[in-house]
Amino acid sequence: MPLVKVENVKKSFGKNTVLDGVSFTIEKGEVKVIIGPSGTGKSTLLRCINMLAPPDSGKIWLEETELTNPKTNLHHMRQKIGMVFQHFALFKHLKAIDNVALGLVKVKGMNRSDAYKKAMVDLQKVGLAEHADKYPAQLSGGQQQRVGIARALAMDPIVMLFDEPTSALDPELIGEVLQVMQDLAKEGMTMVCVTHEMGFAKSVANEIIFMEHGHILEASAPQEMFSNPKNERTRSFLHKIAELYGETL
Amino acid sequence: MSFFSALYKYLPSFGHGLWLTILLTIIAAILGFLASIPLVLGILYGNRFWKLLSKGFITIVRGTPLLVQLFFIYYGLPALGWRIAPFNAALIGFILNSAAYQAEYLKGGFLAITTEQMEAAYSIGLTKWQAIREIIFPQAFRFAIPALSNEVIYLVKYTSVAYIIQVPELLAQAKFFASDTFKHLEIYLLIGAVYLMLIWIVSKLTDKLEKKLYIPGFDISHLK
Repeated sequence: MPLVKVENVKKSFGKNTVLDGVSFTIEKGEVKVIIGPSGTGKSTLLRCINMLAPPDSGKIWLEETELTNPKTNLHHMRQKIGMVFQHFALFKHLKAIDNVALGLVKVKGMNRSDAYKKAMVDLQKVGLAEHADKYPAQLSGGQQQRVGIARALAMDPIVMLFDEPTSALDPELIGEVLQVMQDLAKEGMTMVCVTHEMGFAKSVANEIIFMEHGHILEASAPQEMFSNPKNERTRSFLHKIAELYGETL
Repeated sequence: MSFFSALYKYLPSFGHGLWLTILLTIIAAILGFLASIPLVLGILYGNRFWKLLSKGFITIVRGTPLLVQLFFIYYGLPALGWRIAPFNAALIGFILNSAAYQAEYLKGGFLAITTEQMEAAYSIGLTKWQAIREIIFPQAFRFAIPALSNEVIYLVKYTSVAYIIQVPELLAQAKFFASDTFKHLEIYLLIGAVYLMLIWIVSKLTDKLEKKLYIPGFDISHLK
């Protein structure tokens, strides 16, 4: 059974159809990278998976639980789906350690001392133990994003969603975030990443999904996608990305 | 009798008046704040019923003069069999007023928060009300502190209106004093200075509160 199954998901905002029948599955331990022009529904698709943006129609499963079933307790299920946001979305009034520990105390019901011990371990994992007592505004973008990853990891998710995790970062800060993501992938974390970091995609993705106008146009392994894109749109998009980022594909 | 010896004689009355002014301000500020929370939550997160109720309340309170409200409570309600002592009548009026205004100030704080904060809260499994309590409200409150401080300053001055419904607060005492001694110029100058001092104390206290609650990244100085 796939870990995540997305079946014919449709979603519109007003008259604007953002997702127009998207289906795919994610197996345990897989890393999928979603690429495509802006406004094609990549972020919305991620937000459908954890039901932050419930689809208008179609079904989504996490393991054997159908998330789109109105009877499903979403708050309970969302713990299992970590999410990392483009603009970090750290809780600005809380120190780094409090950001990570909050869910453990309030959602998992851990006692404070256990929660803070675990939160410290998660901060250590992203290399920020010494910044535990800083507020988000006192951290660099890269550090903030790593706290964001630690906050999601603390809940022991079975899948992690990354919504353009590096696109709001200065170039010299991107590496530290990608490193953490790469380590996670190596440890076997199941990941869905919306990103234009093609180097990352090439080295860790099992599959690259190219989306346009709310559809999946093409999905294949990175080598296949980069060396022999079937679709003309995919080809020109990859070409543009390569020009922009100077990647040799 | 000289101004000062008359003042000396009246000092206990002024003390009592000052005490009532302070009491009215503090109770109205605190209870008004507590009442403003369900109001603002009703407006922003309530179902249609709570939205309508909160908005209706604020519209009525902000849309009618404070003095009309005080007259209604003190002179009007006895017609329905509710006789309310002057101090209590004034207090009720100030609490309702302050609640409506503080709710609007808090609302401004809520609107300063981005959607991603709520999304992030949901993403780790918090429920809507947990997210509001743990994430949204603490931030909204911090954004609203300068406006809320301002409200307390207004309250200090508004309490002087209570003299019209027979509350023997600070201004009422000055009026009694003036009609007994005809020292209008001196006493209103002095009373004005006392209000100025009270407000100076309030602004010092709220500055302290702001410093105490300061968090890097919540640069609210630009709101002042």
